[in-house]
Amino acid sequence: MLKAEGLSFRYTPNSGWVFQNITFELRPGEIVGLSGPSGCGKTTLGKVLAGYISPTKGRLSLDDRPLPRRGYCPVQLIFQHPELAINTRWRMSQVLEESFSPPLDLLRALGIENGWLKRWPHELSGGELQRFAVARALAPGTRYLIADEITTMLDAITQAQIWQVILEQARRRNLGVLVISHEAPLLERVCGRVIELKQ
Amino acid sequence: MLAVRNLSISFRMYSAGLRQHEITPITGLDLEVRAGELVGIVGASGSGKSLLAHAILGILPANARTAGEIYFKETLLTPDRQKRLRGKEIALIPQSVGFLDPLMRVGQQVRRAAYLSGANGSAEAAQRQVFRRYGLRDEDAERYPFQVSGGMARRVLVSTAAVGQAALIIADEPTPGLHPAVVAETLGHLRQLADEGRAVLLITHDIGAALTVADRIAVFYAGTTVEVAPAADFQAGGQALRHPYTQALWRALPQNQFVPIAGSQPPPDQLPAGCLFAPRCPHVSAACRAARPELRLIRGGWVRCIHVEG
Ligand code: SF4
Repeated sequence: MLKAEGLSFRYTPNSGWVFQNITFELRPGEIVGLSGPSGCGKTTLGKVLAGYISPTKGRLSLDDRPLPRRGYCPVQLIFQHPELAINTRWRMSQVLEESFSPPLDLLRALGIENGWLKRWPHELSGGELQRFAVARALAPGTRYLIADEITTMLDAITQAQIWQVILEQARRRNLGVLVISHEAPLLERVCGRVIELKQ
Repeated sequence: MLAVRNLSISFRMYSAGLRQHEITPITGLDLEVRAGELVGIVGASGSGKSLLAHAILGILPANARTAGEIYFKETLLTPDRQKRLRGKEIALIPQSVGFLDPLMRVGQQVRRAAYLSGANGSAEAAQRQVFRRYGLRDEDAERYPFQVSGGMARRVLVSTAAVGQAALIIADEPTPGLHPAVVAETLGHLRQLADEGRAVLLITHDIGAALTVADRIAVFYAGTTVEVAPAADFQAGGQALRHPYTQALWRALPQNQFVPIAGSQPPPDQLPAGCLFAPRCPHVSAACRAARPELRLIRGGWVRCIHVEG
């Protein structure tokens, strides 16, 4: 279980709190939404949950232990803008294999065409790159996914393709998923419950 | 007000080894927007939506080759005329304040837009008036772009387009990833601009958002218009929709079935010979692969599919 207990974050002791006193649990196989107004710190919270940055106060634990400091992180974060999370000097096949070699049926389900593997990131659209980011985050070591507005910039068909894959993987592998989104119809469709953050 | 007829845009690209190939991100695209009308353009990224905006504004890169015509107020839009009308009669609402001059206070940028577009009276009075209209305070004019955020940024961007006399306003993804309340407010502002008699083109990937304010929806796929339908056709369960792609888009929405079709849009250097949707279409036949379907008027909407019946 991924557990956040009283998590708070600020960049420096003099700056304001980005978020304060966040407590919740995410169990294996559970799909939970997280919504709230812009500027309430959802994106920073996502980074804390995936171990990119440490909380200023509070405790984050995975099965009662801190997140592992080295090796593959079982909590994987997927961003709204995949172009910021992908090494622009690698071809897409390298980008994928940095993490693992995804099975062909996963690539098909995500609508990734063979020809895209030979391309450079700048030759693909945001929607095409996001499919790679999702494939990469579904490596075997992943147990929790933090999906931060991952389909906000995408058309409805690409959005449904990506979410059907994530939902199916979550069911099959008992992954816990935190869905950070503004989009009420999406949260209603995929989540068992939704946490509302305040300003 | 605006008519786009059989527009194609291609680029010559050089890949490794200086091999030259051509990509065609817009193919045989047609669109019409009347005064007082808000038309939503929806489609996936890479469907040609933003490129069309650039073509109308005359800001395509130098290596672009175009065919077909764009008419503004019944007269052909030549590069010269585009230069004269840009920012005056044709205004753009960009995606983010990143498009504003970062070193100029926002009020000054709106005054500059007012001056360029020949607003009535002094530029300063026009800026104050438009700020008041959109609920911005006089002090807000003194802020720099990096000091405005979220909702305020949207109001500033709408102000730059609304301050003048522009007859055609193009909003290119004006609500990217914003909170629903801010999205609703911005869309409401666009609707008002259309109700004043201007023509408004709303480019978005968010069909749900477009439907709340648009009169008609143009659906783009792989650089062409596959359907132009009254917004009302989307409401009634989607049965009124004509093109198989539009129907698939509708079914994929989380508030509908959330069921996607497989595959992805063809890239602009690998377009199929016939119907551009044929590789993913559940109703494809040999005739679909033979030639590009023409736009046809069916039940009061335009559709580019040979198998739709009236
Ligand atoms: S022309 Fe054929 S392939 Fe194209 S959309 Fe219509 S039925 Fe499908």
